[in-house]
Amino acid sequence: MSSSTVQSAWSGSSTGRSLQADSPRYGEKIIIGFLFLTSAVSVAVTTAIVIALFQPLPGFFSEISIVEFFTETEWSPGYSDPKYGVWPIVVGTFIVVITAMIVAIPLGLLSAIYLSEYAPDRVRKTIKPVLEVLEGIPTVATGLFAFFWLRPFLEYLTPWLPWSGLFSTGVAGVAVGLIIIPLVASVSDDAMRSVPRSLREGAYALGASKMRVALRVVVPAAISGIIAAFVLGASRAVGETMVVLLVAGAGSPSLSFNPFEGIQTMTAYIASRATGEIAVGTIVYDTIFAVGALLFLTTLVFNIIAIRFVEKFREVYD
Amino acid sequence: MASSLTRVPNRAGAAVAGARATVRGGFVKQGSWADVGRAAFVGLMMIALSVAVIAIFAILAWAFVEGRTRLDLDLLTNGPSTARRATAGYSVAIVGTLQIIAGVIAVIVPLGTGAAIYLEQFADRSKWYNRLIELNIQNLAGVPSIVFGILGLAFFVRGPFSWGQVAAAGSATIALLVLPTVILASREAIRAVPSSILEGSLALGVTRWQAVRKQVLPAAFPGILTGIILAISRAIGEAAPLLLVGALTFVTFYPSFFEGGFSALPVLIYNYAGRAQVEFQILAAAGVLLMLVILLAINSVAIWLRARYERTW
Amino acid sequence: MSMTETVKGESGAMKEEVFSLRDVSVYYGNNLAVDSVNLPIYKNEITALIGPSGCGKSTILRSLNRMNDLIPGAKVTGEVKYHGEDIYGPTVDPVQVRKIIGMVFQKPNPFPKSIYDNIAFGPRTIGMKGDMDEIVENALRSAALWDEVKDRLKDNAYGMSGGQQQRLVIARAIAVSPDVILMDEPCSALDPVSTFKIEDLMNELKQSYTIVIVTHNMQQAARVADRTAFFTVSSDDEAGSRIGVLVEHDETDKIFSTPKNEKTRDYVTGRFG
Repeated sequence: MSSSTVQSAWSGSSTGRSLQADSPRYGEKIIIGFLFLTSAVSVAVTTAIVIALFQPLPGFFSEISIVEFFTETEWSPGYSDPKYGVWPIVVGTFIVVITAMIVAIPLGLLSAIYLSEYAPDRVRKTIKPVLEVLEGIPTVATGLFAFFWLRPFLEYLTPWLPWSGLFSTGVAGVAVGLIIIPLVASVSDDAMRSVPRSLREGAYALGASKMRVALRVVVPAAISGIIAAFVLGASRAVGETMVVLLVAGAGSPSLSFNPFEGIQTMTAYIASRATGEIAVGTIVYDTIFAVGALLFLTTLVFNIIAIRFVEKFREVYD
Repeated sequence: MASSLTRVPNRAGAAVAGARATVRGGFVKQGSWADVGRAAFVGLMMIALSVAVIAIFAILAWAFVEGRTRLDLDLLTNGPSTARRATAGYSVAIVGTLQIIAGVIAVIVPLGTGAAIYLEQFADRSKWYNRLIELNIQNLAGVPSIVFGILGLAFFVRGPFSWGQVAAAGSATIALLVLPTVILASREAIRAVPSSILEGSLALGVTRWQAVRKQVLPAAFPGILTGIILAISRAIGEAAPLLLVGALTFVTFYPSFFEGGFSALPVLIYNYAGRAQVEFQILAAAGVLLMLVILLAINSVAIWLRARYERTW
Repeated sequence: MSMTETVKGESGAMKEEVFSLRDVSVYYGNNLAVDSVNLPIYKNEITALIGPSGCGKSTILRSLNRMNDLIPGAKVTGEVKYHGEDIYGPTVDPVQVRKIIGMVFQKPNPFPKSIYDNIAFGPRTIGMKGDMDEIVENALRSAALWDEVKDRLKDNAYGMSGGQQQRLVIARAIAVSPDVILMDEPCSALDPVSTFKIEDLMNELKQSYTIVIVTHNMQQAARVADRTAFFTVSSDDEAGSRIGVLVEHDETDKIFSTPKNEKTRDYVTGRFG
């Protein structure tokens, strides 16, 4: 090898090809910039929502004290002696959500367990789209159904209960519960299916039955994801409008916890105020934004909690 | 937060807990009580699933039973009328819905697919602004529809755009409402294309955009299309945001996009349902039936598309 | 560091260096994956990178055409010189690099298109001039696939067998007229008959291209490679991390019959690996 000639490292470049780009590709840079802008729209939308909700608030709360808003128990903005305590409609929302959860949690979770642990593939593939149909029915249809058939039907089944009038917050909650069953079921199903097979197989190998594996191994392992499903369902229930408009009605100004009465929810209030006769720019009109902001913050908190649970779940299994 | 990041994955713990639970419960119990318990559990699950299925059929049944007397052509060709109740229809609302949907499509196709392409193929995830964008989209997907109505009211009806209570405002509002779900569905469709396709393209010396445009996007197209169709299907049924944007007014003429009042199918149904006369209640049910038929048709197209073009890689 | 040496080939003619790796290390984030590789790759030769799994051979291969750029957090230090120019230099365009230095992957990855469109995609997209039909035919001929598919160019590529798909992918890489073809375990997903076909193909291709192949199959290296580089894992770090290192490189018969390093000898005689 001593006879080899040491040459400069640059020697062979006469046969090498250029490594420089052959064109500056401006067109592509513009396209990628445009793509970035389309994604940035989401930030613009969120900003717009925050502005829309919070901009009227300083003006609103200069006339109505925040203390009154959060402590007074009568909500009567349009009345001659108006009171601005938000609790009645918050309680209305609360009753709807609780009832909806009572319906959706067992039905949704049981459906999910079946889909994830019991159903053969073919059955799963037919049932999942069917559940999606339930979710996809426009809420005005579900609301009308609940008002015209579900309420009378439930009243017929349980005449001893103190039904009164045409509207019932509890029935609205049941209807909303039906709507969110697919959501709870599919998120729980996803969580349970993410549990590694090895956990199940370990239990099966010890002789456990399917039910035991499902309830004692899979559900506990997936519990963070399942709780996230519940929280997401609750968030959806908080935001539902048409069903509660039709079934829970407009309620009365005073605070009530009676699910057999019609009580207005936050969403129903916003809808009825916006389609009502009160002039734009008045304090009464601006209650739309105050209640809207409260609604937005509530669902935001729920969604953040749900995301935290999902992250906790992923941490263990990803 | 720091502690949760340093936690060691607890698979072993979960496995031990599962094994313990099993052993504690004993081996599969021979004995009829345990069998009954297991059968009862299966029964419960069946009941749970049936509730959902029964609910769907009950809603359909209600709409059919209550509305069948008005399943006539007038439903489609006549507009709303307080005088001629027996022959009033949804023509105005159908046109309004069509206009709204046209606007929605015009917005969600470029913005939705564009955002999905950027986030999946071009965004550097370590950059804070890209994480902010992803967080935003995730958040918007959970905002109640009526809040989007408030957004529409403040920005499109009044505020910077000041279009008034017109179909364009309703269209823009609904477009923003369904945009996050389009982005989500498109991202999944793009992600489903194996990275080996992208790698193989790049290894030939094409730019990333060329590879995305000519190989990844065509492969993801069926999934993206399905997502868009499902978003349209959702948009057709949305009423709450439109109430806020002014669609509830009893409009008796055909709307134009930027002028005059407008209505939409679900809103007019709600309007009819709120009236005392029984003809209007029948009309509401018939409208529900009409809307469900339209949605069934659209969703069937989406399902057919998904089945026909879905590729198992 | 010493400059590039040019080496006399068998016939006494000077061999030209296509690649010259100088102290090339690859990091994934803060983890060192491959440490300080110094390696020449000569023109119109087949160079094989062999060694046990996890020793960084694929990582080094991918650093030759900047495919590591696609992995977030991957970093290459040192110099990878192509005909004297560092491909990681500031003015270098990675897209151009990949036009010149092509790659074939372990699992055949044809596009979900017709055979014709698979081959034509590269030339069309980079704007190659010429009759596309001719370009496609030449590429398929060079990959010894023309006779088998000439009557079904419009058929979907997914209908081909694994061996055919791999040859299709080779033809696809050839169609953009590269200088170098990198192959990352090209035969490990194939049956023995297809493997031999591709090894024959490699011997023909090396007349026009420079080929670098990663293989975990020593016998394959012994069959096709002119030069062989042996990598192994060094785990004498306190943290116990696995770092790939180049042990030695030489003409293939010398590596297999008279290796200088005892680790090499242990590997090629099957004592470990």
